[in-house]
Amino acid sequence: MVAAQEAPAKLVGQPLKRREDPRLITGAGNFLDDVKLTGLCHAAVVRSPYAHARIVGIDAEAARRMPGVVAVFTGEDLAEVNPLPCAWQAGNVQNNVNTPRLLALGEVHQVGDPVAVVVAESAYLATDAAAAVEVSYEELPVVVDARKATEPGAPQLHDNAPNNVVMNWTCGKEAAEVDAALAAAPVRVNQRVVNQRLIPTAMEPRGSIGRYDEGTGEYTLWATSQAPHVHRLLTAAFVLGVPEQKIRVIAPNVGGGFGSKIFLYFDMPLVLWLSKQTGRPVKFFEDRSENYLHTTHGRDHITDIEVGAEPDGRITALKVKTWANLGAYLSTIAPGIPTTLYGRMVAGCYKIPNIHVDVTGVYTNTAMVDAYRGAGRPEAAFVIERVCDLVAAETGLDPAEVRRRNFIQPEDFPYDSGIGMLPYDSGNYELALDRAMENVGYAALRQEQAARRANGSRKLLGVGLSSYVEVCGVAPSKWIGLAGEGWGAGLWESANVRVHLTGKTVVTTGSLPHGQGHETTFAQLVADELGVPYDDIQIEHSDTQGTPFGFGSYGSRSLTVGGTAIYKSVAKVREKAKELAAHLLEAAPEDIVFENGKAFVRGTPDASKTIQDLALAAHVAYDLPPGMEPTLEATTFYDPPNCTFPFGTHVCVVEVDRDTGEIDLLRYVAVDDVGNVINPLIVDGQVHGGIAQGLAQALYEGAVYDDSGELITGTMNDYAIPRARMVPTYELDRTVTPSPVNPMGAKGAGEAGTIASTPAVANAVIDALAHLGVRHLDMPLTPEKLWRAMAPKTG
Amino acid sequence: MATAVPMATRIPVRISVNGTEYAAEVEPRLLLVHFLRDNLGLTGTHVGCDTSQCGACVVYLDGKSVKSCTVLTVQADGGEVQTIEGLAKDGVYDPVQQGFWEMHGLQCGYCTPGMIMSAHSLLQRTPNPSEEEIRHALEGNLCRCTGYQNIVKAIQYAANQMSGAGVSGNGSGAGTHNPQDVGDWKGELAGEST
Repeated sequence: MVAAQEAPAKLVGQPLKRREDPRLITGAGNFLDDVKLTGLCHAAVVRSPYAHARIVGIDAEAARRMPGVVAVFTGEDLAEVNPLPCAWQAGNVQNNVNTPRLLALGEVHQVGDPVAVVVAESAYLATDAAAAVEVSYEELPVVVDARKATEPGAPQLHDNAPNNVVMNWTCGKEAAEVDAALAAAPVRVNQRVVNQRLIPTAMEPRGSIGRYDEGTGEYTLWATSQAPHVHRLLTAAFVLGVPEQKIRVIAPNVGGGFGSKIFLYFDMPLVLWLSKQTGRPVKFFEDRSENYLHTTHGRDHITDIEVGAEPDGRITALKVKTWANLGAYLSTIAPGIPTTLYGRMVAGCYKIPNIHVDVTGVYTNTAMVDAYRGAGRPEAAFVIERVCDLVAAETGLDPAEVRRRNFIQPEDFPYDSGIGMLPYDSGNYELALDRAMENVGYAALRQEQAARRANGSRKLLGVGLSSYVEVCGVAPSKWIGLAGEGWGAGLWESANVRVHLTGKTVVTTGSLPHGQGHETTFAQLVADELGVPYDDIQIEHSDTQGTPFGFGSYGSRSLTVGGTAIYKSVAKVREKAKELAAHLLEAAPEDIVFENGKAFVRGTPDASKTIQDLALAAHVAYDLPPGMEPTLEATTFYDPPNCTFPFGTHVCVVEVDRDTGEIDLLRYVAVDDVGNVINPLIVDGQVHGGIAQGLAQALYEGAVYDDSGELITGTMNDYAIPRARMVPTYELDRTVTPSPVNPMGAKGAGEAGTIASTPAVANAVIDALAHLGVRHLDMPLTPEKLWRAMAPKTG
Repeated sequence: MATAVPMATRIPVRISVNGTEYAAEVEPRLLLVHFLRDNLGLTGTHVGCDTSQCGACVVYLDGKSVKSCTVLTVQADGGEVQTIEGLAKDGVYDPVQQGFWEMHGLQCGYCTPGMIMSAHSLLQRTPNPSEEEIRHALEGNLCRCTGYQNIVKAIQYAANQMSGAGVSGNGSGAGTHNPQDVGDWKGELAGEST
């Protein structure tokens, strides 16, 4: 046998095809609605047609008598069950908390509020019976706009929240100090910007299945979940009051989340309660209309910006006042989004000496708003990237030059932006800008634009830049758990790495995928670090049974936090393997080298013990060094010392038809720096999808309520999810600035595209109209809106 | 756990799915997608909306791609259905499936079965589509993860494979199969292969 002397090819950095895909391309993916259980019943929810009303009476008798109906329950039946918890209570929110009950009791506060539930033998029969439940309401006045909701005389949603205010929150310098800096600034711009409400629209709607085992008193919850351990904790300890170990939560294949599946929803504890009541497993799976009405939405800010700058483009003062619409109740982490993740990021990648941010969180008669892909950072990036272009327009400088003159420099890291964010870890913002400008041919585009403007072309050219930085890898517990930030819990992550007797290796992680390819990426990492063949490594996740507690996947944390926990567990396994090898090779541990899955005495690689040899020896365990425990495994609970800060510059080039307002997306160039990359195929895919979602906010999407609180965009027929013909080809590139925060040097890639693209596209469209005097337009930038903006000029 | 659900009016249907003929009695309102998923257990066909926008439920019915959320089971009576489960042949992926894998044309995978079926249908009609034709053909299929670029590449990959290898076929199931019982839907063994 010829020993393989050359090192095996490293997998980290390779664009491996995903090992998840075979099941998904053959129809064998096991999503929530695919779970088959004996005796399964189906729940249908009776929902309020009114945005604000008092429930006068519910008559469920006819429904109870209908064929196939197992049971009908109303809010009265659940009066003893706690409402859902709000886990992230940002400053001053504590006195104003209102969270949803599993079924409404007394009043409803949004269209779609659940008021009764029918359990029946089939989904069809449950839906039939739900339609037969008679609910009478007394309508109450409605408010859907966050700013109007805080005005005197506005309809009031909750007794404990005067003027519908959830919280008032500030960061940065005192308002007066920033006012003085504004007053002293030679260049001043004021602008109101609206970051419109979006509907996350994971392709798989949400749902849950509950099964109560009378024999053991144990509950099993299958849920479309980005955080099964958290859902178990909150369901057990805060809602149902059952011991945590009596609930097992399983997330089957999750069909996209984008944040919307982080949160605890009414149906999760409800199906468990229903299962106990009926003695049957019970499934609730929302249809798309229910998803749009009642699963969380994102964004929805109204923001007044005041900016002061020098004539050379340097921004000297920024004052931001935001009304954040949080909907009818507080969702699980809602108050943290417009505060910690938005307010503390408004500086973007710029050195701005004077910043004051003031956020008012507001209740309205609308769906709850919580984290949606980017969660606060897209809103922050939109503010600061509009600011750059507004300053450029006011000073006559090129937008690229304004950014360049304000950039934080490479030598400034770690950089404290002065508004309560953790120090930015590393970056080279100008490099990414330069690369993006080069890739798109920026100078030539500006010449072309000038030429078209000079000759009165009806095809207006617009170029939009967005230089972004975001905070990922949430989060150090000592920061996020502080009372001032309000989470009150850590955000560490867990991993167990176990080399079985046979050498097969199983990794469990508290993070979990809903499309991101964890099973592939993590296996690449472990294969390289442990020297076990890739195909021998299995990544287990998404089940609270058999995995240590973990906080789940969101905030681009899976690799940077969860992956680091895996990395550290592998290192511990390697150390134990070395110690065992030293014993077996009769050498001192410090003389053992571990390379590519083999341990040997330095200088004599031929006499080696493979990791498989060592796993066998560790399990049969009759010849271990003194004091060593059997088996070869390690667990790590990793709490990151800092967050990570991906960055980059995106450039969008558009053509606007002067006569119709139609927009053509000519080019989309992205340069992202997500640190070191483990699987570039997956990272590029994340960026593609992120760009599509972000540009859709700029051009197409917007959740609209009428004054009565009816969601006008309540179906996919009305809410403009982009189709294949509505998005451009993405031209991607990367710079690589490793993060010093974790050993892989990774920064996170899940949200960057979304954060960068909205301002890039909006800036491009507005730039196309700049010579007509247009400085700002609110999104979505529809042809009609552009046509109206241009119309007065045509006389 | 046996339950006595009063029978609504039921209509007998015989439908071939992936080459196997099934007989059942179904409510007239039963959607084809629910027949496939709930009665036959073929859960690869997904439901992503309630307004026929998303395309997660696309299957072949008599050789044409249809949204099975918009077809009543009784309309498929006597028809031949092919679902994502029937696309691979003898353990070999269809070139469209292979393309989605090779080109990272999926992330969460929820839209993927319908996306693959629509793409397959496109390539039956137009073996070498332009990018514009591909994007046009996907009008009825929504994906929220990929931004579509790699889906386009996946279909281009499949088109190249199919033209290079001369692979053809109408995508509808054929061959000899054993008839199967449909469980508690009083399915009678059809006893006939298509």
